Amino acid sequence: MGIELPAGVTAEALSEFLLALADDELVLGHRDSEWTAYAPILEEDIAFSNIAQDELGHSLVWFSLCEKLTGKNPDEMAFQRPWEDFRCCRFVAYPKGDFAYTVVRQFLFDVAEQVRLIAISSSSFGPLREISQRIIREENYHVMHSQGLIERLGDATEESRRRMQSAVDVAFPQSLGIFEHLKAEEELVDAGFFPGNDALKSAWLAQVVPVLRKATLTVPVHDHKNTFAADGQSDDGGRQGKHTVHLQALVADLQSVYKLVPNAKW
Amino acid sequence: MDRTYDEKLADFEARVGRGEKIEPGDWMPEEYRKNLIRMMSQHAHSEIVGQLPEGKWIPYAPGFRRKLTLVAKVQDEAGHGQLLYRAAETLGKSREDMMEELLSGKAKYANVFNYPTPTWADVGVIGWLVDTAAVINQTMLAQSSYGPYARAMKRICYEESFHIKQGYDIIAALARGTPEQRKMAQDSIDRWWYPTLMMSGPPDSLSVHSQQALKWRIKTKSNEQVRQEFVDHIVPQIRALGFEVADKDCSYDKTSGHYRYTQPDWEELKRVINGDGPCNKERLDARRKTHEDGRWVREALAVKGRKSAEAA
Repeated sequence: MGIELPAGVTAEALSEFLLALADDELVLGHRDSEWTAYAPILEEDIAFSNIAQDELGHSLVWFSLCEKLTGKNPDEMAFQRPWEDFRCCRFVAYPKGDFAYTVVRQFLFDVAEQVRLIAISSSSFGPLREISQRIIREENYHVMHSQGLIERLGDATEESRRRMQSAVDVAFPQSLGIFEHLKAEEELVDAGFFPGNDALKSAWLAQVVPVLRKATLTVPVHDHKNTFAADGQSDDGGRQGKHTVHLQALVADLQSVYKLVPNAKW
Repeated sequence: MDRTYDEKLADFEARVGRGEKIEPGDWMPEEYRKNLIRMMSQHAHSEIVGQLPEGKWIPYAPGFRRKLTLVAKVQDEAGHGQLLYRAAETLGKSREDMMEELLSGKAKYANVFNYPTPTWADVGVIGWLVDTAAVINQTMLAQSSYGPYARAMKRICYEESFHIKQGYDIIAALARGTPEQRKMAQDSIDRWWYPTLMMSGPPDSLSVHSQQALKWRIKTKSNEQVRQEFVDHIVPQIRALGFEVADKDCSYDKTSGHYRYTQPDWEELKRVINGDGPCNKERLDARRKTHEDGRWVREALAVKGRKSAEAA
């Protein structure tokens, strides 16, 4: 245990930051694993199972770093913590929907994750640098996979276009919640831990909008400076623990066996 | 001059007899091809239907390690399905056709997956007991006379050996656990005992396909031999963890060097194979719904594939 923090950054600030990362990955990894045995083709069954394992693995890595601050191990954090204490964005907790929704959500999240990891791979804080450099390679594969599906499903048939467009209509405003400000936002930006969620969001928009448009999909954004600005309301709340019933149900499933017998080992 | 059917058959049987592998382009009797397609597609279907009973527990798996290994395991089953469909395609039948036969109920899959998985312990018992029985059977099939089948089996057996460890590890943790956990494991072992014994198939005297498959070395051991091997292997393991075998008459016979066991109810096997098992409907409905829900994706990918080919 024990971790050295630079002056001006509290343990609470860092653990808030890490929990957002870890919980996003945990909850989306859980959603991805719901496709195992149920994907439209065997190849995607295998792909989504793989991505689920990667996301869960990343979450494990972030929780392990968090353990040095809180003293709680990853299983305690994921399988015993009340759902109100989760700090994932709301976006990752929504039900998996149809395959179009899953693909669009995965793409929007994968790019956000990639942008976030690139940014913190030059963080002023050593442990963040090391971990992000280690896991970014996997995230690059995720982007290749989900972007490939966007390109192939976007305008293939009338039905695929219709489904993909409705998925964007629903998922895009939700996805803005990934970039909801943290309580410790200013503290962490000032200390050079990361460039802040507004900067991440701009970099993300610059990357996702052209891909969606090229696949003939309409995105609710307007041009702004050298990138885009999103129209409409962002689906915030998750980073403050104001979640939807979907997270409540998901966490109940996630923890059901673990909590079945008090103090048991599984 | 063209050789007669009898000459070709004699040549084929001589090759099989010498232990040579038959490869996709080689001449083979129509019955051999049919029997193989039946076995291999049934095997592939078993992998993807077999994803369901364990896949059910992925959302509830207790702890990171259990969740990660369970997703990986069920993913392996999808991979095995893919591998086996491809191996079966070498005999001239497409994956789509095989899938249609599964969904229409014409093709069969391993009967054992028509039983339910009401508790977490079932995930462990499937990995440990069911996969052990499967590996014994598949190790035998890795000697099969048909090259693509034998090679697929080698790779699958390698991965299955990890599945057995995963299952055993789950049950071993329950064995060390609380009385509730031990009971959960014992109940599951009891429920799966006879369905697992049935996996190697009915006694050879009752099996229509078995004799021919043995003659052409599609398989190299009788159903009864495979079942005995399983019992001899698993009974000491069950007892070593402090659990009981559901068959009270199961005992070691010094003279033969084998465990004696009670035969499963073969009438039950017949009933369940013919559709009247506890989960037949649930399993097929789940596969059908998945197939229907995914249709638009498969169509879109096919159209996009054609468009790119035309553009090239």
